[in-house]
Amino acid sequence: MKRKIALGLAGTAVLVGCAVYTAPTQEETLQVVKSSFRERGIAKLERLNQSALQVACSEAALTGKEVPKDVRARLERQALATVKLPADGVYFGDFKQGERIAQTGVGLQWSDNDKTVAGGNCYACHEIAPQEIAFGNIGPSLKGYGKLRGNTPAVVAYTWGKLWNSHAYNACSQMPRYGDANILTTAQLKDVMALLLDPNSPVNK
Amino acid sequence: MKRNTPALMLAGAALLLTCTVVPAQKSTADGIARYRELLQDGNPAELVAARGEALWKEKRGPKKTSLEQCNLGLGAGVVKGAYAQMPRYFADTDKVMDFETRVVHCMETLQGFDPAVVTKSPYSGAGQRQTEIEALAAYGVEQSRGVPVRISQVHPKERAAYDRGKQLFYMRAGPYDFSCASCHGVTGQRIRLQDLPNIANVKEDAERAFTTWPAYRVSQGTLRTMQWRLNDCFRQQRWPDLAFGSPASIDLITFLGVNANGAKMDSPSIKR
Repeated sequence: MKRKIALGLAGTAVLVGCAVYTAPTQEETLQVVKSSFRERGIAKLERLNQSALQVACSEAALTGKEVPKDVRARLERQALATVKLPADGVYFGDFKQGERIAQTGVGLQWSDNDKTVAGGNCYACHEIAPQEIAFGNIGPSLKGYGKLRGNTPAVVAYTWGKLWNSHAYNACSQMPRYGDANILTTAQLKDVMALLLDPNSPVNK
Repeated sequence: MKRNTPALMLAGAALLLTCTVVPAQKSTADGIARYRELLQDGNPAELVAARGEALWKEKRGPKKTSLEQCNLGLGAGVVKGAYAQMPRYFADTDKVMDFETRVVHCMETLQGFDPAVVTKSPYSGAGQRQTEIEALAAYGVEQSRGVPVRISQVHPKERAAYDRGKQLFYMRAGPYDFSCASCHGVTGQRIRLQDLPNIANVKEDAERAFTTWPAYRVSQGTLRTMQWRLNDCFRQQRWPDLAFGSPASIDLITFLGVNANGAKMDSPSIKR
């Protein structure tokens, strides 16, 4: 069937004097993309080199087909293996600092530099403290996060892991890898942990 | 941080306008809608388009020629309706070109300008005077206001541009793992209070995205083109710098344009 259409097209192409159309492969597209971007400041060209996870999740989004179960499990396992727990065993910092980090959206853009202290930009996608009404909805609401889930070791470990590398629990999660990609420091991650889980944080009031 | 301030101010303004706090989401969204409505009263882009028209008709450059014989795809000298059919394939360059890159091509071939110089700083700074490319784009798109979008998919290079553009739209890369689809592939999503068009799946959203650029951006006090729009998306995606007029930029604009086919151009518009 496809072949017939291709032949029909070929006929037309000869008539108008053009070559037969073949769709560009992913590899060809990648070459065109790489030739179209310039290194600028801290944003180097190597950022266009996709990881296996990025390739799999891009393909799934393009085709509308889910990542195969076994691949998904392997990607999640690999992501979980990247998670580094705090060496001092302390998971919580200052929730007020955490709120500042959640509000701030800069970091890692070519308009930033290596002195820019990156934020988490959490409010771009999540509802968090009830006082902030300008929140996005790409991620789930985190209002009352600690109050609803408690402070058990399992919740603490999951939350730390989710912040460090969100793909550990959902291969194609849209959430950045705040620890794994060196977006936030360990100290900043502790502050965000406090924002989410500290009983005195506005999130849990 | 700076970029978040207008959104916060809007949220505050919206609260004042509606005199109610609950439900916050609805009232703030309404407030922003009203703010946008008020903006429609006077669009500074008209002045930019007027300057673009003057630039178009002035004899300039080493060859002391105007751009009036520039072929935007509908024949030499035809500006009316041309923007609504770009990007398109041009036999003389054997390339698919959008309005902005075609204008640079004409500045080079007709007027004798060095394209490297013309495209060195294609975008104005916030509150600054618009670049020549921006002014010419404002003029060009104004000449297509109300004209239905008709992006051709006849030439193999036009089809390849669309197909690559679609692949790029879903390509996740960079330290944040973002693709265009991260923000523009689901209906009803917002960043903070900014509604995000579902460009890939909702015809109406794709139409609005294509037909309302270039636009005067109030928060930046200048006119922004489609090339700028894509460049600034990729900056926030934490990708490197999308080169002005690069093949990937043309591919994406072709993808957006074909998805908007049939809708009427409504630009230069005015945005928050």
